[in-house]
Amino acid sequence: MTKLTRRQFALVMGAGTATLAMPTYLRAQDKPRVVVIGGGAGGATAARYIAKDSEGAIDVTLIDSADNFTTCFFSNLYLGGYRDFASITHSYETLESNYGIKKVTGWAVGVDRDARMVSMADGSKIPYDRLVVSPGIDLVWDSVPGYSEEAAEIAPHAWKAGPQTQLLKAKLDAIENGQQIVMVAPPNPYRCPPGPYERVSMMAHVLKSKGVDAKIIIIDPKDKFSKQGLFQEGWQKHYTGMVEWYGPDVHGGIKGIDVNAGTVETDLDTFKGALLNVIPAQRAGRIAQEAGLTNDSGFCPIDAGSMRSTADENIFVIGDASIAGAMPKSGFSANSQAKVAAMNVRGDLLKSKVFPAKYSNTCWSLIETDDGVKVGAQYAPAEGKIAATTTFISQTGEDAALRKATYEESVGWYAGITADMFG
Amino acid sequence: MREWDTCKAIRGIWHVPAARALVAAILAVMSSGSSSFAGSGDPAAGEKLYGNCKTCHEIGEGAHNKVGPHLDGIIGRKAASIEGFRYSGAMEKAATEGLVWSVENLDAYLQKPREFIPGNRMSFRGMSKEKDRADLIAWLQSMARAAPAADPARIEPDTHGPAREFTDIVLAMEGDRDYGEYLGSECVTCHQITGQVEGIPSIVGVPRDYFIRSLFEYKTNVRRNEVMKLRVANLGNEEIAALAEYFSSLEPQ
Ligand SMILES: Cc1cc2nc3c(=O)[nH]c(=O)nc-3n(C[C@H](O)[C@H](O)[C@H](O)COP(=O)(O)OP(=O)(O)OC[C@H]3O[C@@H](n4cnc5c(N)ncnc54)[C@H](O)[C@@H]3O)c2cc1C
Repeated sequence: MTKLTRRQFALVMGAGTATLAMPTYLRAQDKPRVVVIGGGAGGATAARYIAKDSEGAIDVTLIDSADNFTTCFFSNLYLGGYRDFASITHSYETLESNYGIKKVTGWAVGVDRDARMVSMADGSKIPYDRLVVSPGIDLVWDSVPGYSEEAAEIAPHAWKAGPQTQLLKAKLDAIENGQQIVMVAPPNPYRCPPGPYERVSMMAHVLKSKGVDAKIIIIDPKDKFSKQGLFQEGWQKHYTGMVEWYGPDVHGGIKGIDVNAGTVETDLDTFKGALLNVIPAQRAGRIAQEAGLTNDSGFCPIDAGSMRSTADENIFVIGDASIAGAMPKSGFSANSQAKVAAMNVRGDLLKSKVFPAKYSNTCWSLIETDDGVKVGAQYAPAEGKIAATTTFISQTGEDAALRKATYEESVGWYAGITADMFG
Repeated sequence: MREWDTCKAIRGIWHVPAARALVAAILAVMSSGSSSFAGSGDPAAGEKLYGNCKTCHEIGEGAHNKVGPHLDGIIGRKAASIEGFRYSGAMEKAATEGLVWSVENLDAYLQKPREFIPGNRMSFRGMSKEKDRADLIAWLQSMARAAPAADPARIEPDTHGPAREFTDIVLAMEGDRDYGEYLGSECVTCHQITGQVEGIPSIVGVPRDYFIRSLFEYKTNVRRNEVMKLRVANLGNEEIAALAEYFSSLEPQ
């Protein structure tokens, strides 16, 4: 019954059919090779679009450290009990079976830019003509004195989704009457600007719906945060007296933490929590640094019109690891940047048409059941940077029907973007 | 479940034209008898599922036609029978062959719209869960007594306004499908390319006229959604024509 489109046909038939239609300089063994490091929001999208739109004419290899991918987006909804863990975890199988992408599981540890070769932790090497780097973030452990990778087993960051997210959920669910949760929020720039505050909302939702009398304290190095008015209005409305936010002019600076004692010491006071959620400062995933693509900021400068690294014309850096001007570090942004990079990769290797870059983002946050808010913008290159052209944000005092519709829209977005990433 | 099995068998031969008239006649008869699984659905759950339909179909008091015909009294209604609605050739043909909507054949249709009536225009991929279909149909049935609008042909709020005028200008343009495909990669972050609907309406296979007019309605605040308004703000006529060309050329998978 189902009719195959020309493209699906080519994909099903694999290289064989595609080769026939291809110019001789692209035949079989000398097909151009693209390697993508990182199978998250940016990398999975880039791999899929390059494979799909080149109709078999480019050899695509996707490297990720794991067999499947748990999204950070909607991981707060998992904390809040709105989603189960399986529903935020996705496999790479369709990318392999339907798009002919070769998935390599393991850590990329180095990039030889002259030889155009990625080295893997197991010693193997993977050659490329174009490399897409989308490794996400690394945590700067010592940005919070007393925090470390080991300490994260007691005081989870849960800023990379997976076991950390499950650990945080277990600890949240164990909170009892009279106890306190302390979150140490991250300094800019970090992935998902509204993320910490959506998380606090979800924590409060869990406590409130179980009738647990407990407080959540946020110690923030920033003097303001994303969607602040919306979150504070929501906390006041749904979680009266449960959430306290302290900016630097109140706490005076974070001196250090002791995860065993469960304390966060600031100039103002020492805060004690039965659960500490510490989200440290961030930088581009380590491989970006190993490859020499980062600058002093710890992130990677790119050309605003193509997402091409300013350090190497054969490499594109997308997602959280890139310096994308006015765009926030989000899954939506990474997905949008991936499409621009994918188009330019094809332009380089197949001489296909390259249209002017356009980018977009929307970040939805859930404050309480059916109370969703959003912020978004369109972007385009301007004077060498990615700049916002139009923006909007939800308003305080919106009616319940609009907030519910906003939440439902976010559920649709999640289904959409994960289908766009993983096929 | 006897009727249900019959129904599955019928679905298999539905596209054998000679068999259709007979089948449709049988279905029409079946629809008048009480069905074993009618009434087993939960209308409240069905109302939620209807969220998938409501961008295109109105139901209840004062319902009009939108992209799809209104669904008042759908059970027992002759296919392609709402005046003022432009049905696909495939749907009209099914109607001349005697298709009357019943619980059973609607169930089969909703499972795989493209297979039940090949070539029909509904851009919906189908509902695989039997319970979901039963719930949805139960809700559609529960709405049967609400009166549709006296004139069901949709009264467009903006028939003569700027959205209509711009639509006509863009309709006359030729869209660049490749450009539309690139621009459309932004749309498919939320509107799934397969036509699957999960909280965000499908735009796959939407007629050009409707597609173009909808974008102008976001621009002119006839339709209100901040995300859509933002996305269309910087789209010029050429971009809108390209997007319409691309999305109208696709089929739900
Ligand atoms: C709590 C939370 C909530 C969020 N909510 C939202 C939201 O609602 N909406 C939104 O748009 N964004 C949200 N985000 C942000 C979003 O998750 C990130 O911005 C997005 O995932 C970035 O995509 P990326 O491709 O840059 O990195 P990632 O998605 O992190 O993907 C990187 C992948 O590369 C792998 N990797 C890294 N280095 C190597 C290597 N050397 N070798 C092999 N594999 C490697 C990593 O293991 C990872 O799998 C949220 C983030 C958090 C923490």
